[in-house]
Amino acid sequence: MRPDDRHYLPSHEWVKSDGDTVVFGITDFAVEELSHGNEDDLVYCDLPEPGRKLAQGETFGEIESVKAVADLNSPLPGEVVEVNKTIEDHLQVLARDPWDKGWLIRVKPDDTSTSHLLDAEGYEASLGKADG
Amino acid sequence: MRHTPLHDEHEPLGGTMVEFGGWRMPVQYGPILEEVRCVRERVGLFDLSHMGRLRLTGPDAVAFVDRVATCYCARIPLGSIRYGLLCRPTGNPIDDILVYRGEDEVFLVVNAGNADADREWLRSHSEGFDVTLEDQTDELAMIALQGPLSEESLARVTTDLELPELGYYKFARGTVCGCPNVRVSRTGYTGEDGFEVYLPAEHAVGAWRALLEAGQASGMAPIGLGARDTLRLEAGMPLYGHEIDAEHNPIEAGLKFGVSFHEEKGDWIGRAALEKLHTAPTRALVGLTTAGKRVPRQGYALLDGDENVGTICSGAVSPTVGKHIATAYLPLHLAVTGQVVDMDLRGKRQACTVVDLPFYSRKRS
Repeated sequence: MRPDDRHYLPSHEWVKSDGDTVVFGITDFAVEELSHGNEDDLVYCDLPEPGRKLAQGETFGEIESVKAVADLNSPLPGEVVEVNKTIEDHLQVLARDPWDKGWLIRVKPDDTSTSHLLDAEGYEASLGKADG
Repeated sequence: MRHTPLHDEHEPLGGTMVEFGGWRMPVQYGPILEEVRCVRERVGLFDLSHMGRLRLTGPDAVAFVDRVATCYCARIPLGSIRYGLLCRPTGNPIDDILVYRGEDEVFLVVNAGNADADREWLRSHSEGFDVTLEDQTDELAMIALQGPLSEESLARVTTDLELPELGYYKFARGTVCGCPNVRVSRTGYTGEDGFEVYLPAEHAVGAWRALLEAGQASGMAPIGLGARDTLRLEAGMPLYGHEIDAEHNPIEAGLKFGVSFHEEKGDWIGRAALEKLHTAPTRALVGLTTAGKRVPRQGYALLDGDENVGTICSGAVSPTVGKHIATAYLPLHLAVTGQVVDMDLRGKRQACTVVDLPFYSRKRS
């Protein structure tokens, strides 16, 4: 079971509340899809500058592996306040710990309504469907 | 989706399966970059049974191939193989192929995704030729061994055939893994020494397992289509749908070696158009390397200043070159070694430098 302290997009991003900001990341499933279990297969992660305004669902970056590029989509609207600089040069951190140390960006949300997002159970169910 | 006779072998070996050309194929068994190194340094085993295999027989088989293909079939020595293309009258290809010239047959190996179109094209142009077309794709499995230790690996399971005497782009028959009269060619799509073996489908699983076992002492591993794509790109080999397609002709792709304008070959489909292009090309396929982090991908635009001058055909992380590599068409004035163009990444730019193709060629002993 994935962590139930956060919400998910079917495109494998997660969002977690942290005080008056929220943190975005991607799931272990996304990492596995991109890297096939080999952390060196991740080659690049493009993240936005602090200050950028994101609409809900907007593509805020890209993550790239040897064979594929995936969009990073914003689960909530808001303004980017901090970027995880560590992972730009050390994608292994994201590969090893996508739930905590491998977070991507911190956002000051314009709206914290999560009704359009999946909870952990819903996200798991969406994976089952994708596999079938 | 179609399955090869070896389909059920791949997942137990760790294979991740994907759709490719209408077939369910292994894209990788382990890390792609390690699979690339395995082939460059040792030997890899490939299930290529998705490739189309067509056999042409009858008194006009050779003349027919000379009508529809770019290479000069009548000039291919018996037991030899040549690269060629099937072109439209515009000179743009339907597919690229390998032509095996046998004593009483011409055997064609074509791309999986084009096999149906190829067969249809051949049938529709066969009027007036006494030729029989037999599709052997389902009855034959195709297994490749690629890498410097291919010969020693294959020799362990081969009798009735002296592999050291089988030259590059030659084929012969022998007993492989106990299966007699098997077609073996010294060919491949990786830039390494290697072999392609065509066995009856019912022997495929036994042979695959025996080959993996025979290759163990040489460090053999099964290799997926992901590494195969990187290997062929490093070796500067075209892939239909990338470097060549309905809009990109073999002349500008640098494939003149597979196109014969010899007078005695006679008229063939696409000849006039390609002769014209040969005297006045407007663009050329080039190799690019980039020191930046982003990997070039098919479809990315290339900019010279603010002008859009081309599009990436193929790109890859190249463990052999140690940089990201790509191919692209550029107008002739930019298709010059050392020229720098920018790859457009949604408004961001990354510099790419034109280099000579191929990116990699093995040292021949």
